Amino acid sequence: MILSRRSIILSGITVAAAGALPGFAYAAAATPKRLVFIIQRGAADGLATVAPTGDPAFAAARRTLADETAGGAKLDAMFTLHPALATTAGLYASKQAHFAHAVATAYRDRSHFDGQNMLEGGGSRPYGRSDGWVGRLLTLLPAAERDALAIAPAVPLALRGTVQVGTYAPSRLPQADGDLIARLSALYADDKLLLPLWDSAVKTQELAGDIGGNNGRNGADLGKLAASLMLPADGARVMMVETGGWDTHSGQRGRLAAQLRGLDRLVGALQTGLGPAWSDTLVIVATEFGRTVEVNGTGGTDHGTASTAMLLGGSLALGGKVSADWPGLTSSARLDGRDLKPTRSLESVIAAAVAHHYALDPKRVMTTLYPDA
Amino acid sequence: MAVQYLAANRFGLGRRFDDPAIGDPKAWLNRQIGDYDPSPAAIAGLAGRAAIATAYVEYREDRQAMRRAAAETPMSEEEKGMDPELRRLSRSAIRRHYVDATAARLSAAVATPTPLPERLVHFWANHFAVSADKQTVIGFVGNYENEAIRPHIMGKFADLLIAAVKHPAMLLYLDQAQSFGPESVLATRIRNRGNRQSPGLNENLAREILELHTLGVRTGYTQTDVTAFAKALTGLTVAGLGRGAGQRLMPADAEPGATVFIAPLHEPGAQTVLGRRYDAVGAAQAEAILRDLAVHPATARHIATKLARHFTGDEPPAALVDRLTADFVKSGGDLASLYRALIASPEPWVAAPTMFKSPWDWTVSMLRALKVPALGEKQNVVAMFTQLGQPIWRPGSPAGYDDKVATWAGSAGLMQRVELASRIAGRIGDRVDARQLAPLVLADALTPQTGEAIARADSPGQGIAMLFASPTFLRR
Repeated sequence: MILSRRSIILSGITVAAAGALPGFAYAAAATPKRLVFIIQRGAADGLATVAPTGDPAFAAARRTLADETAGGAKLDAMFTLHPALATTAGLYASKQAHFAHAVATAYRDRSHFDGQNMLEGGGSRPYGRSDGWVGRLLTLLPAAERDALAIAPAVPLALRGTVQVGTYAPSRLPQADGDLIARLSALYADDKLLLPLWDSAVKTQELAGDIGGNNGRNGADLGKLAASLMLPADGARVMMVETGGWDTHSGQRGRLAAQLRGLDRLVGALQTGLGPAWSDTLVIVATEFGRTVEVNGTGGTDHGTASTAMLLGGSLALGGKVSADWPGLTSSARLDGRDLKPTRSLESVIAAAVAHHYALDPKRVMTTLYPDA
Repeated sequence: MAVQYLAANRFGLGRRFDDPAIGDPKAWLNRQIGDYDPSPAAIAGLAGRAAIATAYVEYREDRQAMRRAAAETPMSEEEKGMDPELRRLSRSAIRRHYVDATAARLSAAVATPTPLPERLVHFWANHFAVSADKQTVIGFVGNYENEAIRPHIMGKFADLLIAAVKHPAMLLYLDQAQSFGPESVLATRIRNRGNRQSPGLNENLAREILELHTLGVRTGYTQTDVTAFAKALTGLTVAGLGRGAGQRLMPADAEPGATVFIAPLHEPGAQTVLGRRYDAVGAAQAEAILRDLAVHPATARHIATKLARHFTGDEPPAALVDRLTADFVKSGGDLASLYRALIASPEPWVAAPTMFKSPWDWTVSMLRALKVPALGEKQNVVAMFTQLGQPIWRPGSPAGYDDKVATWAGSAGLMQRVELASRIAGRIGDRVDARQLAPLVLADALTPQTGEAIARADSPGQGIAMLFASPTFLRR
């Protein structure tokens, strides 16, 4: 895919020469810092991504999914990384990956919409804010590090704020992703007219939707794209990448492995694509909430609370570590008897990582990113 | 029975995000008949017939000038390359009128406070179909709907028929502008000069009026009727556009694009159509035939059947067709009376069978539901509907688009809709909450399955896509 600034859509307007526009005047800083926020929409299962295999209650609670992480990298005495995250395991070994476990935003209900709104907006209640934590972060950054871009058709809430932000949507980005297609198949299941039409349409459709599709190649393409948009001297310095397909209510084993493989290849392509700039890059991977400790009746997990966030990059404060105030998995240790109990706020994890990365005052970062906290 | 949804979607164009809930569906629909504005703001700025015709004239003159220049002076390689480019540019001036009109049509449909009449505008434009795949028609198709259809959908069918037939788009589309009476003054003169290729009759418009616009196919008219009717129609042509002999007889003050009657082109003498003799001379002859055709019992049944199908499904109930036919006959083809009879009938108010929204219906209803602009500034409306399978004003045949479930319920078309919904949802993101929108747009037709599927969507955008791709929203 050939990319140039020319094709970047700036707030919906095709920009012929982005460099000439205010807000896109890039200074050539020696080693500008870069930030990538990868949102996992749909509630990624932190208990399968970074599995607490050392917790005595884990195997019993996860039953059929307990061996999901078999063959994955041992992170420490407690945690095993999902085997699909091979590149990420390599980063962990070289202290370029950190996992924060049992974390959650202040949100305690279980709606994707509301949860994502909290994760992105950074408010204390759903729809409490019309700007996002990344958008507010931009106001703290020097001009050279403030140029932000989302690989999305519209500016996501996380990036909204007073600083102008660009969006880039590759024209051949598949529009109907695999997850939507699967959901519509279910919705059309009892419809005599639509079901056969849909089945036939899906068969002829090349499924290349979410990052997990195409054996992870979609994730790699997305990572490559993001890196190419961030690498040039006048490229973006702050990037948001959207990923979907994490809502694994059924058949989690295969689906989650595909998702994580896509994410892993996305991260790998970012690292490769950014080259030396990787050492000044922080990647934050976060989801709106986690999934139930117990496996449900359809080989999946339902909406939960705490999950895992990933910090990746070349200059982490706590690379090669899993941080968790581990609450345990027995039913009395869980939230409402079902969910991994959050023991640390995701907001504080993000704020601390960002403050370290940009060498900013942690208090100021916290009050700017999360003014309602 | 989901009367709210049926009123908004079967009769209307889908509920707008800012529409209040429909209290009494029948009263709401009847009120629109009186509130109908035939000149909505969205179409006000469009070019008139003269400007459109001028674009054609300029196009032709440019081409002729180029040809002359090419004949007189040897051309460099560079100059040779200019003709097609010039042609392309001129064509784009014509095409611009089409593109502007399609965008205005969509805006009018999305904005209208009277969606039933707006749907009827679309219905009648399709009944009296012209098709933009003919180069001479493409510039006029929007003007045709706005000037021939819109002003007449609440009046008598006869006036609607005559307005449609006499519009340049129809005269050009069905070749009337090139039809000459075989014994007309002009044809006779040309023949007497010894010209073998004397201009003659073209039956296309006469046949389609009988077959498609009025009586309906196989209703008893004969080839003799078609020929006699075609002769009666001669003389009707379009100023400033047609080529050939008739143009020399064009009145000097005729504006390009105006419909004119040129007596020397008209077939002299009486004509007999459907057993009735028409002695009137000149333009009055065709008009008298059209007025009789418009109130013919076969026309009443034909129109009643098509209207009933549009509001009940592939096989319209016989009782409804009979009732509408009787109303049409009794009122002398009063269209407002026909719509009232339709609204008052029980048949359109049942849940099954349902119709599958056409790509046009579906897209319009989706855009009406959204309070934020769903399409980009640069969205190519023409291309969007072509991709969805229903190019605007381009049915490809004078019969118009077929009005049946199978016409629109196709697998590729369904995927196209899902992809468009998904793209639009991506643009909107969390600015619209599908959980709140669903009860508004699906109203009393919202099923628990659809409600749950939307609520369980993994993102606000996915929820919006699921709403617009839901089995209910795909139907009307």
